[in-house]
Amino acid sequence: MTYKTDLPVMLPVKPREPEPFLSLTPWHMLAIALLTIIGPSIAFAQSGSEAQSPLAVLMNWAPLLLKGFIFNLVISISAMALGTVVGAMLGLCQISLLAVTRHSSWFVTQFFRNAPWLVLLFFAMFLLPFEIKFFSLTIPFPDWFKAILGLSLPVMANVSEIVRGAVRSLPSGQWEAAESLAYTRLQTLWLIIIPQCVKRMLPPWMNLYSILTMATVLASIVGVNEVMTLTGQALASEGGRPDLLAPFYGFVLLLFFIYCYPIARFTVWLEKKYAVIT
Amino acid sequence: MSWTPAEPMISLRDVHKSFGDLKVLKGISLDVMKGDVICIIGPSGSGKSTLIRCINALNDIQKGSIKVEGQEVNDPKLDKLELRKKVGMVFQQYNLFPHKTALQNVMMAPVRVLGQDKVKAEEAARALIKKVRLEGKEDAYPGELSGGQQQRVAIARSLAMQPDVILFDEVTAALDPETVGEVLQTIKNLAEDGMTCILVTHEMGFAREVADHIYFTDRGVIVEHGPPDTFFKNAQDSRTKEFLSQIL
Repeated sequence: MTYKTDLPVMLPVKPREPEPFLSLTPWHMLAIALLTIIGPSIAFAQSGSEAQSPLAVLMNWAPLLLKGFIFNLVISISAMALGTVVGAMLGLCQISLLAVTRHSSWFVTQFFRNAPWLVLLFFAMFLLPFEIKFFSLTIPFPDWFKAILGLSLPVMANVSEIVRGAVRSLPSGQWEAAESLAYTRLQTLWLIIIPQCVKRMLPPWMNLYSILTMATVLASIVGVNEVMTLTGQALASEGGRPDLLAPFYGFVLLLFFIYCYPIARFTVWLEKKYAVIT
Repeated sequence: MSWTPAEPMISLRDVHKSFGDLKVLKGISLDVMKGDVICIIGPSGSGKSTLIRCINALNDIQKGSIKVEGQEVNDPKLDKLELRKKVGMVFQQYNLFPHKTALQNVMMAPVRVLGQDKVKAEEAARALIKKVRLEGKEDAYPGELSGGQQQRVAIARSLAMQPDVILFDEVTAALDPETVGEVLQTIKNLAEDGMTCILVTHEMGFAREVADHIYFTDRGVIVEHGPPDTFFKNAQDSRTKEFLSQIL
């Protein structure tokens, strides 16, 4: 049945097919290849022929850079895990019935959510001691550990907001139904509210993880041996050849892209999937 | 707390409730005996839903007294959980838990709240689902059921707690016309089994058929009440007459 109408709302709705999770066309591949190969070749052509080709140099350094990148991933996963656990608790405090808890957790959340990540990182770096003496036990606080703590602060604040938002987005009827069945507040949260929130929280949570992964390079500024620091060191030890800059940083970009793009696609896919079911 | 079934099971005296400056209930008094089915009718915004939500303490009141089996509800020291074990509620929007199956929806509270044995609770839950004529739908999720079916699961869920009284808050208002009948039939069966029921409803025919007593509320007060026959045939108040003439 078709209607003649100018009103878009009257037209039948075509269900949008969920896009495939990875939709890299050959064109995308070509563009990425150009970026990483053509650029260096031009630079190489200008630097004379007696030096080793930039790609060959890059290949020599690639294993080390990859190791550095894996360190970035370790930092990102640890900071995410820590930030999620603490942030989830903070988020639940934001919906507490106790005004003191609610207001103070709200303040903590807002404070860390509206702070630049780099500043938080500096704070963690320079305020935390390099070791903690616990009776006779000395626990060292290496830089990378401080970086994890520093980066987990904004993650915590953002997770807190994600949790609060997800809980608030559930219809109040769910709370009322649980209340009228004599569930305690804790049971209501644990058995009824949180299980329904997980689905809603997953896409923003993964987005946050992507952002965090890309932010781990900030740790290079405070001297952690992650991929950016190592890239700088590699370039320096090659004598600061300008034709190496593009391939080396291009390589780092590519690593992040290969890791983060599928996460972004997966998030979009999840969002669409849950948007249909609700 | 020496309540006997000879006294009203639920007794409201001069109940006042306001949301901020908005006065919703302005002195409501009514009694419900054990086994009674009472219907509260009235125009939208007259405070009917608020009234029954006060009975299980979903809403608090500012003034007056609500007694459920002798227990004062308007009391800061009230054990709300104990009250709500005795007072079941069914909502307009069903409010089933969408991440749980029909069976889980029904058996979860008895297991988690009353601490019943899981096997026995499941047995009881299956019997209740059968009672509301939804055999075969035990493992369906709420999203897979029609509105009428969901509402019957919600009734079974409330019954599973073995309450002494069930509050029905416009339970057919969100339903498709063709599924209203099945839900009303379920409630009617309950009433015939002797369950004490308080219904807020717009289904006049149903109210007339099952209610023992009808209360008409408007602007936060009870304008008129009586047994259905006298109420519908010989309404005295002009507001009641006007309301009935619009509905019937």
